[in-house]
Amino acid sequence: MKMLINVPETVVADALRGIAAAHPDLTVDVENRVIVRRDAPVAGQVGLVSGGGSGHEPLHGGFVGHGMLSAACPGEVFTSPVPDQMARAAAAVDSGAGVLFVVKNYTGDVLNFDMAAELAEDEGIQVAKVLVNDDVAVTDSLYTAGRRGTGATLFVEKIAGAAAAEGQPLERVEAIGRQVNENSRSFGVALSACTTPAKGTPTFDLPSGELELGIGIHGEPGRERRAMMTSGEIADFALHAILEDMPPRNPVLVLVNGMGATPLLELYGFNAEVQRVLGERGVTVARTLVGNYVTSLDMAGASVTLCQVDEELLRLWDAPVKTPALRWGM
Amino acid sequence: MLDADFFRRWMVATAASVDREAERLTALDSPIGDADHGSNLQRGFTAVRASLEKEAPDTPGAVLTLAGRLLISTVGGASGPLYGTLLRRTGKALGDDSEVSAGQLAEALRAGVDGVMTLGGAAPGDKTMIDALVPAVDALGDGFATARAAAEEGAVATIPLQARKGRASYLGERSIGHQDPGATSSALLIAALAEAAGE
Repeated sequence: MKMLINVPETVVADALRGIAAAHPDLTVDVENRVIVRRDAPVAGQVGLVSGGGSGHEPLHGGFVGHGMLSAACPGEVFTSPVPDQMARAAAAVDSGAGVLFVVKNYTGDVLNFDMAAELAEDEGIQVAKVLVNDDVAVTDSLYTAGRRGTGATLFVEKIAGAAAAEGQPLERVEAIGRQVNENSRSFGVALSACTTPAKGTPTFDLPSGELELGIGIHGEPGRERRAMMTSGEIADFALHAILEDMPPRNPVLVLVNGMGATPLLELYGFNAEVQRVLGERGVTVARTLVGNYVTSLDMAGASVTLCQVDEELLRLWDAPVKTPALRWGM
Repeated sequence: MLDADFFRRWMVATAASVDREAERLTALDSPIGDADHGSNLQRGFTAVRASLEKEAPDTPGAVLTLAGRLLISTVGGASGPLYGTLLRRTGKALGDDSEVSAGQLAEALRAGVDGVMTLGGAAPGDKTMIDALVPAVDALGDGFATARAAAEEGAVATIPLQARKGRASYLGERSIGHQDPGATSSALLIAALAEAAGE
């Protein structure tokens, strides 16, 4: 596998230096791996900190800025960051109003953020946490670690970030983040496996002519493998899984997310099928976002996330945002 | 009796073993995880070895708590907090004594394993590192070599199990038929303990 890298060991540090060069609105601590909005801490505002393994860009560093995250902590590729990073980020963004951790539901992320919360609280920083677990492909049962956090992370970070930008208190920002998560569901498909720089070969074997249904964002195989389907058939399958789990009552935000190696031409075509299915099911679409936002290195494929919104959540979604990867209203 | 130097040798032997086996650990992690277990542990134990070569704490407990703290701050993922907690808890349970008996170590290691089970919420049979560590601790009273054999057996015994914790659990039945990478690295840790004891 050919990659545009120097050596696998410096992939994350090299990317951070590139982010710093491209985005003067961000302060990038390459050594300690923390990306902070340059004007942090913002007086009177709750700080939002998220993080996770690298390889999902623009998540999370690309969402740092006005109206979204205050700081992001990138870990090694597909590996949770360490508690020191998050504690450092919390200290950098806390204005005294407290810090909200946005955590995707993976064992490593949960454990490291919990340890970081203890470290930050030792420093007198008030910390709350929202756990994102939107993936309907994984059965939630007594015997699993629960559902994975995937595309809904973007909705949580944007909407809770808007609430923080308005100066809402920590408990309110946390409650809004939880509300977004509880009203969001995702489903993903892979047309190819991805390749981590450290391993250099695809993380699983997916023969041409087949696809994986229900994949996560770490190159882990899905729940089921089938013969290749059309874009329309995939949209039917994914939305059936989502709507069965969460019958919609309100208008929805739609995220059609590319996994990294699928061109926008295909993503837009897939979005047309997603909108067709939602129309057939009588679901009202309030806003739609199409693009590569929560990726999985060079994996081909896509995920769909729906988030049911009331007037308040829609207002916060529409609020101005200025980050490297998401920008509107200013 | 076991002194600080014994525990330093244990950690250095673990680092060497993780270096040798990193590719195998990553290969085991590939079908059911995300193919980074070997490189992650290698990063952590390399930091542990470098630190212990620079300044060696003078009690067994201090060696292990230092190693645990370094793993938490360098490894990431689930392995960092879990292995870090294992060594920190074990180190704390050893207290400030400059020498400890094999029996004290067995008892302390049990406290460490209990800490891992509490943190990760895993029980024996969930296809995790616990499946190698619990039999090893149970066998430690019969000597280090017996504990090593028990850990290795425990790791192999994860093959037919279905994962209930961690990322492999998302695969459901598809996790069956693969040896758990965490149980495998735990067996390496116990094997290094036997090596440090010259067994």
